[in-house]
Amino acid sequence: MDKKIKIGLVGNPNSGKTTMYNALTGSNQYVGNWPGVTVEKKEARLKKHKDAILTDLPGIYSLSTFTIEEIVTRDFLLDDEVDVIINIVDATNIERNLYLTTQLLEIGKPVIIALNLIDVATKRNDFIDVDKLSTLLGVPVVVASALKNQGLSEIIDKAIELAEDKKTPKVLKYSLRTAKAIEDIKELIESDSQFEGIHLLDKDQLLIEKYNLKENEKYINIIKKYENDKMTDSETAIVEERYDIIEKIVKETVKKNLGKKSTTEKIDKIITNRFLALPIFILIMFIVYYISITTIGDMTIGLMEYLIGDLLGGGVDNLFKNWGVASWVNSLVVDGIIGGVGAVLVFVPQLAILFLFLSVLEDSGYMARVAFIMDRLFRKFGLSGKSFIPMLIGTGCSVPAIMASRTIENEKERRMTIILTPFIPCGAKLPVFALFIGAFFGPFASVSMYLLGIFVAIISGIVLKKLKYFKGDPTPFIMELPDYRLPSVKNTLSHLWDKVKGFLIKAGTIIFVASTIIWFLQSFSWSMQMVDAEDSILASIGRFIAPIFSPLGFGNWQSTVAVITGMLAKEQVVATFGVLMNVDVSSLPAQISTIFTPISGYSFMAFILLAAPCLAAIGATKKEMITTKATILTVLFQTMVAYIVSLVIYQVGTLFINNKGLVITIIICLLILSVAIYTFVNSRRKKNAGSSCSGCGCKC
Amino acid sequence: MNLRKAKIGQAVKVVSLEAEGSLRRRLMDMGITKGVILVIKKVAPFGDPLEITVRGYELSIRKSDAEKILVEAVDNNG
Repeated sequence: MDKKIKIGLVGNPNSGKTTMYNALTGSNQYVGNWPGVTVEKKEARLKKHKDAILTDLPGIYSLSTFTIEEIVTRDFLLDDEVDVIINIVDATNIERNLYLTTQLLEIGKPVIIALNLIDVATKRNDFIDVDKLSTLLGVPVVVASALKNQGLSEIIDKAIELAEDKKTPKVLKYSLRTAKAIEDIKELIESDSQFEGIHLLDKDQLLIEKYNLKENEKYINIIKKYENDKMTDSETAIVEERYDIIEKIVKETVKKNLGKKSTTEKIDKIITNRFLALPIFILIMFIVYYISITTIGDMTIGLMEYLIGDLLGGGVDNLFKNWGVASWVNSLVVDGIIGGVGAVLVFVPQLAILFLFLSVLEDSGYMARVAFIMDRLFRKFGLSGKSFIPMLIGTGCSVPAIMASRTIENEKERRMTIILTPFIPCGAKLPVFALFIGAFFGPFASVSMYLLGIFVAIISGIVLKKLKYFKGDPTPFIMELPDYRLPSVKNTLSHLWDKVKGFLIKAGTIIFVASTIIWFLQSFSWSMQMVDAEDSILASIGRFIAPIFSPLGFGNWQSTVAVITGMLAKEQVVATFGVLMNVDVSSLPAQISTIFTPISGYSFMAFILLAAPCLAAIGATKKEMITTKATILTVLFQTMVAYIVSLVIYQVGTLFINNKGLVITIIICLLILSVAIYTFVNSRRKKNAGSSCSGCGCKC
Repeated sequence: MNLRKAKIGQAVKVVSLEAEGSLRRRLMDMGITKGVILVIKKVAPFGDPLEITVRGYELSIRKSDAEKILVEAVDNNG
């Protein structure tokens, strides 16, 4: 075979596409049960046919050009050398899924339909006449269940067969008028592509530009005549015809069992219940974080500290001393590498538990419900409920969170979500909090960091909304609420392993290297003499920059270095302290209290929470923001917010401790002042509103 | 009447879409076209958005967008 066969996997969001992709290629793609998990295309060879390449494309509802995902998929299917399209159709939701199918059939490439989730449909006693469906659509239809490995090899065999035959589907039967208009356009642009014909009738902007038809009289006349005949605009006419065709097909082939209520309906009675929805959400989040951070998390941290600090660090130290290994090597390995990397590894089990919970929530379909519940609140500060999904994922890691923002159609909303998501404490920031909580505070301080992150995100959202760029009307919120699905153990574990692996790789690479460099810089002076940390290269660099942070309360060189290394990865903050303090993991909190006071410690936590995210997250930001300028502005904004918040925390905190009476007086004055301003502004607004709508008859 | 005014649990038939541009297209792509039957399932806890059943699946749309969908009542069996 001289050429590899290229297969495109296309389907609606949530049709089980990524699960299918994983089953076919054996790779661990990210699977979730909320609309829009695959945000860019991914390629892999097939498990059983090494000469075929499968591309997983973002889930889309239509081949129009309103979202990034639609454009990515469209470009790929039209331009790339795709040999065959596998169209995943959700058997439990055939009618809407076939809408995309009708568009795929027109691309002019072989199509095969994988009727996925057939097991769920069968369980519901839905009946689907697969043979008839295949005849009516004019393409092969294979029943499948990606989750249960059913029908997979048949799909691939058929797809490869089709690719070799190059058998393209026949054209759908539109009404005479529509068919005539399509033919007229095809004649006009001298193309025999049904796709281009119908999408030009559909006033597709990309194609109008391609053929330079904007002012073409013939084209305008064809559309005008068509719209006159149909008595509606051409887009509506075409969508309606597509759905008419689908309705007829579905009527002949599908018998849904509407008798009993679906499980999803029963669950939603409680989960999105008017009164229970919010308490349930808070309870779920509380359980997730309570278990992963305090109970099981605490236990695993103790265990890991013992394993890494006492057993491994102590053991290696003893061994090296017995062997008479040079003291600097001993220091490099025990203090530098084990101290630095170990400080991070300690938190791996805790993060794994957090990731496990989040992936179960994602796979189950709960995320879309949260967006549904939260939309009203989020709209108040310029976002939609869809922004909540990235923020929730952001409690695990900002990188997938920022990428998940792609499902937000409106660009302003998307950018705002990207700017605000890193304010939510990610998993890597937890070790930093844990360290300071161990030194000064009770577990409540950790909760307060989440609250602070959410609070700052909200305030920033309100402030950003005032900027000219972010102003504008709220965009529509049209979101599918997918059926609940029991997450499969295999998917959940592979999901989890993916994330833990990423974390371990980071610990093994960036943090390993950074810890070694930090150890070197803090062990040697500029003249390459081995010295105490106090006189090291690192100390002098730290001291040079430290004054910037003095107003925030942590103007010592150690924390300055930690802030800088924290830019590589937030876990590195703890690792840096581990190396600099020259102590094993378990006595680190005690050492921390020698260079911080509770207030400066809290201010430091706030700074780490809010300041520019890690390199990986900045990279993801750049990818989504596209321009360097927007990325720099974002990072600057985040860092500026962090600086201001920490400054306020430290200054007010210090003042409060030194002079309680004065601070309380100031706070009361400020409160009175803000109430006064608020009332004043409000009364003026009412006045204006009253005068501008006089005579409208409504009660303003 | 418009969809916002429809009662919860009531089946309604779409008469026309008053929305324009990308909103109109998005609604149609999701299957809200002339003649289709919709049922309002519930209102979100904070009073917005709505959950509706259309073509056998659940869709969430805001009240302000629902206002732009004109509907007429049908009996629940139809």
